[in-house]
Amino acid sequence: MEVAIIKYNAGNVISVENALRRLGVTPVITDDKALLQAADKVIFPGVGEASTTMAYLREHRLDELIVNLKQPVLGICIGMQLMCRHSEEGNVDCLGIFDTEVKRFQAQQKNDKIPQMGWNTVSQMQTPLFEGVNPEEYVYYVHSYYAELCRHTIARTEYLLPYSAALHRDNFYAVQFHPEKSSEVGARILNNFLNL
Amino acid sequence: MLAKRIIPCLDVKNGQTVKGVNFENLRVAGDPVEMGEFYSMEGADELVYLDITASHEGRKTFTDLVKRVAERVSIPFTVGGGINDIHDIDRLLQAGADKASINSAAIRHPQLVNEIAKHFGSQMCVVAIDAKRQPDGRWLCYVNGGRIPTEKELLPWALEVQDRGAGEILFTSMDHDGVQHGFANEALAMLSEHLNIPLIASGGAGKMSHFRDAFSLGRADAALAASVFHFGDIKISDLKQYLKKENVIVR
Repeated sequence: MEVAIIKYNAGNVISVENALRRLGVTPVITDDKALLQAADKVIFPGVGEASTTMAYLREHRLDELIVNLKQPVLGICIGMQLMCRHSEEGNVDCLGIFDTEVKRFQAQQKNDKIPQMGWNTVSQMQTPLFEGVNPEEYVYYVHSYYAELCRHTIARTEYLLPYSAALHRDNFYAVQFHPEKSSEVGARILNNFLNL
Repeated sequence: MLAKRIIPCLDVKNGQTVKGVNFENLRVAGDPVEMGEFYSMEGADELVYLDITASHEGRKTFTDLVKRVAERVSIPFTVGGGINDIHDIDRLLQAGADKASINSAAIRHPQLVNEIAKHFGSQMCVVAIDAKRQPDGRWLCYVNGGRIPTEKELLPWALEVQDRGAGEILFTSMDHDGVQHGFANEALAMLSEHLNIPLIASGGAGKMSHFRDAFSLGRADAALAASVFHFGDIKISDLKQYLKKENVIVR
């Protein structure tokens, strides 16, 4: 199986690569359009800031490429946020694959912590992406922005408010947490994606 | 609900884990990669690797170690020790570290915190603070592994680095570190009250109730310890069970 990781100006690609290697898959990390289109699975990872990464994608015409991919695509963290309609981070229009807005967490009390950093549970999980994952199991999150609940939500998490832990539309999947850093639970979710 | 985190800390010198008592008298405790894997399997939520070698060669060894950890461990890990500039951080992140912790360098060049946040994002910028309570009641920050006092006071400094873009504070009470009598809960509570970024408690873990107290009294988001884990005094799986019984939310 050919798995391609989209190379762009965001970090965290190495962690995803290492996680895939632990599952016995050697991914190709590339921004080459032909390679990305030909891959069996495409992963759109990232840690970064929305408006600068979006500008980079547009400049390199990766925006058009991503929305037109036909194989299963998995967005992770900022990758997921960029697949939404719009992000408050840098007030930027995003790829519009998922019909939802990305907003910043608002502290309800003065010492509410932002970002959410750490392990949280996921509930109301749908689709084969979450096969074998129980609602009491934890995944790892680091984020200050979240995608609102919408018709594409396939799992939710609660931190200050309920939000989309994962989204799905057609061949596009996305998770806000970091499966590559979520121990065996994360490995199971990545493996489920590879088996889609 | 977001869980409270348990973080084993591995001090690394020449490729081996060591842990000092009050920052001195180092003892060897094992292979850092094996230990990281072991702790991950035991239920540790994150790991911290601190490079306590100062030499240039030591740093290269450490970077190689970071690569091996990233390959084998599937939970987040922070690296620290000897980080002086953006290049050091870039090298460690390229090797696969998730976060970098800076301490003395932040006090000497506070602007570094802004630069890290801007280049890599706040989420990977941990500011470690070693502080000691003075006879007059003030908490002063120390640099160089706790050897040199500064004029910076704990709370104002924590707030300053938060404003500059730190994503997390790792607070070590030097009075509590290594003596296993519990964390500095009063100081932790004071910091928690004022900070709106996560706070990691460090220094003083001796028994399981100390972790409970750091979370309930100190209102820390995470608790870090070394010796009690390395020497098997506390098993992380047992600690998690204990904390669940004590109504602390843990993974």
